[in-house]
Amino acid sequence: MATTADTFQAHHDDHHHDHDADHKPPFFARWFMSTNHKDIGTLYLIFAIIAGIIGGGISGLMRWELATPGLQIMGEIVQFLGGEGSFDEQGHMWNVLITAHGLIMVFFMVMPAMIGGFGNWFVPLMIGAPDMAFPRMNNISFWLTVAGFLSLMMSAFVPGGTWHGAGTGWTVYAPLSTTGSVGPAVDFAIFSLHLSGAGSIMGAINFITTILNMRAPGMTLHKMPLFAWSVLVTAFLLLLALPVLAAAITMLITDRNFGTTFFDPSGGGDPILYQHLFWFFGHPEVYIMILPGFGIVSQIVATFCRKPVFGYLGMAYAMVAIGVVGFIVWAHHMYTVGLDVNTKMYFTAATMIIAVPTGIKIFSWIATMWGGSMEFKSPMVWALGFIFLFTVGGVTGVVLANGGIDDNLHDTYYVVAHFHYVLSMGAVFSLFAGFYYWFPKMSGRMHSELLAHLHFWVFFVGVNVVFFPQHFLGMQGMPRRYPDFAEAYAYWNHVSSMGYLIVLVSVGIFFLNLIYAFTAGKKAAGNYWGEGATTLEWSLSSPPPFHQFETLPIIEDHHSSDDHISPAPAKA
Amino acid sequence: MAGAKNHDYHILPTDIWPFIMSMSALVFTSGMVLYMHEMPYGHFVTGLGVAGLIAAFFSWFSNITKEAQAGDHTPVVQLHLRYAMILFIASEVMFFVGWFWAFFDFALFPNALEQYADVVGGQFPPKAIEAVMDPFGLPLLNTLILLCSGTTLTWSHHSLIHGDRDSAKTGLWLTIALGVLFSFIQAYEYMHAPFGFGGNTYSSAFYMATGFHGFHVIIGTIFLIVCLVRLNKGHFTPRQHFGFEAAAWYWHFVDVVWLFLFVTVYIWGGWGAAIH
Repeated sequence: MATTADTFQAHHDDHHHDHDADHKPPFFARWFMSTNHKDIGTLYLIFAIIAGIIGGGISGLMRWELATPGLQIMGEIVQFLGGEGSFDEQGHMWNVLITAHGLIMVFFMVMPAMIGGFGNWFVPLMIGAPDMAFPRMNNISFWLTVAGFLSLMMSAFVPGGTWHGAGTGWTVYAPLSTTGSVGPAVDFAIFSLHLSGAGSIMGAINFITTILNMRAPGMTLHKMPLFAWSVLVTAFLLLLALPVLAAAITMLITDRNFGTTFFDPSGGGDPILYQHLFWFFGHPEVYIMILPGFGIVSQIVATFCRKPVFGYLGMAYAMVAIGVVGFIVWAHHMYTVGLDVNTKMYFTAATMIIAVPTGIKIFSWIATMWGGSMEFKSPMVWALGFIFLFTVGGVTGVVLANGGIDDNLHDTYYVVAHFHYVLSMGAVFSLFAGFYYWFPKMSGRMHSELLAHLHFWVFFVGVNVVFFPQHFLGMQGMPRRYPDFAEAYAYWNHVSSMGYLIVLVSVGIFFLNLIYAFTAGKKAAGNYWGEGATTLEWSLSSPPPFHQFETLPIIEDHHSSDDHISPAPAKA
Repeated sequence: MAGAKNHDYHILPTDIWPFIMSMSALVFTSGMVLYMHEMPYGHFVTGLGVAGLIAAFFSWFSNITKEAQAGDHTPVVQLHLRYAMILFIASEVMFFVGWFWAFFDFALFPNALEQYADVVGGQFPPKAIEAVMDPFGLPLLNTLILLCSGTTLTWSHHSLIHGDRDSAKTGLWLTIALGVLFSFIQAYEYMHAPFGFGGNTYSSAFYMATGFHGFHVIIGTIFLIVCLVRLNKGHFTPRQHFGFEAAAWYWHFVDVVWLFLFVTVYIWGGWGAAIH
């Protein structure tokens, strides 16, 4: 397959320099005016890493605060930022931290990395397209994400509630976000969601159009790699869920500033309406964060077991089913707002239904591994970690899906443990899996497998030490979103905070690995994973030429092994 | 840039406008925050952002038009544009779902919070609304105007397809005139409404839903005006005129939203209330 890539290179070398497919624009034009899906994908990945450092740093402050009972560092933080450090200010500071952590990790780390980063880089490559359908719109999607992030950063320096910053939680519930936080900080935070949301909607339009229209000749939807399928479903969720959030947060803006009473009971409005609108977006949003991870893991498991994914069509349509059903389960986030019993029964049943397609995915990955000649390269161990830990988070999800049980567990650390198992162990493990799988393809340099494995094991231990004890805390009744707790919760909180230090070490190993790769990493071949890697990106050089597939690859219609694509050699 | 290109897709040169547009959007929203909190330079910063956005939209869409004239819009690229427009309208539909959701929540469950019964009175429109507009006065006229504009637009489109550019122009002129008339009547209606902007659920849902619809009418009208300019310049051929079709799709979408607003908010939503 490397020969295919060589053919491409040789083909282009024949042309005059200006027409070379690998001719790159100068620095400013290349990175600020880009219309190249790979460069924009790189921008997204760098942005996500920066946002991840900030969001992860904030979790460090949170675990520091929670390491022992009593208020620890909130006062110092407030004073460092110029406040007096009063009790109200400290409490507000805590709220600002949890809000920023949530918003940054969801909107500015996971989504940009998964969809903007890997989606941009690999959807066109996998479907044999030269670029995205709308290269310019692709660029504004990225820069709107940056604009949204800047707006959120600005919110930290202007008054919010009892101190600076938006302290509303990432859900921005009214009335805390309306009459409860009168300062401009919350408006900045809301506009941050408007801006990045607009970018995401345009990104979704771009991905859907690209995937539906630009597949290489012969690549039917039912032959398309599962990662492309996952991005297609994700893009539809973004397209249909985000505008509802836009409407809801616009209502917040007008309630806050222009006298409407959508969520203000004194004018007949209803704060619960905000929760309905928010979670109608918010629940699809959690699948937006995890579906591309499913796609990445499917590619990796198939690659390192050297066989097609078991039940390819079932895997694709399981994601479609998760996406569809994901729109009709939102009120399971609101079991304690006073829904009547029949409503709770419906949402309990509908939510549990999602375990079926999710189970199809988990068991199909296991069935793929069954009897495969597995190779435990770093992406594979991250993918295995994903399957294991995501399942743990999925199982606690089934527990929480029960309206009756959730009456007890709602807003406890059990919920925090649950969604960190599916996100910081599900989504983030799949991100690292994808990163190690594709990093040499993107950079042209091999990372260290040793450091990647070490990163995995330290991270695996660390996140489990952080989050597993939070199940116990939740079962004992510790509520989320408080900077202080009773003595009874001290032990497991301390353990959890120690876990953060382990995670910190693992992140250090990650960056060490990056430094290693860029300074001493071996040049990566076109297909460095060998015969198991069969999708089209492996037919190109590493990194691929600036403009790939200038002659479209043709997908042969060979027998019926659905997702097993063998690229036809390009015609030189 | 793509000299060796051997496919029909549109590979674009680098472009600064996406960057300018997104930063202008940030300036605009930041200016809005300053303005809403009566902080210094609010108007100035908001205006700067709007100016940047207008400049970016104008240049960007001018470039698209130039590319279309230069023949960059091959059949597959036209197909991209069709998909994108349909998807964009789908997202717009979901945006209005949010506003209708709020409206129906208020209209169907006026008793949701019993402790505030004195404000709402367990009825919709709530007690605070003394009178609503007569749906069969100006709103009905506006309904007819929009339906009529849909007809003139279809007339224009069919003329375009049959190569009769003069009558295409007439149809489009009439459509734009009807669109502008709609906006003026809507503005008149707002100014003479028997209830204010905020303070209760009915006026909140009414003004925000119809207001966003009105905003979309203005966007659609601008879109149609651009099409008229392009029609006059001879950009559209009977076989290739997707800009026109996109504007028409958008216009019909705006039309359909209005029909829902008219039936639910104006007629059903004010049912039983005193009429102004």
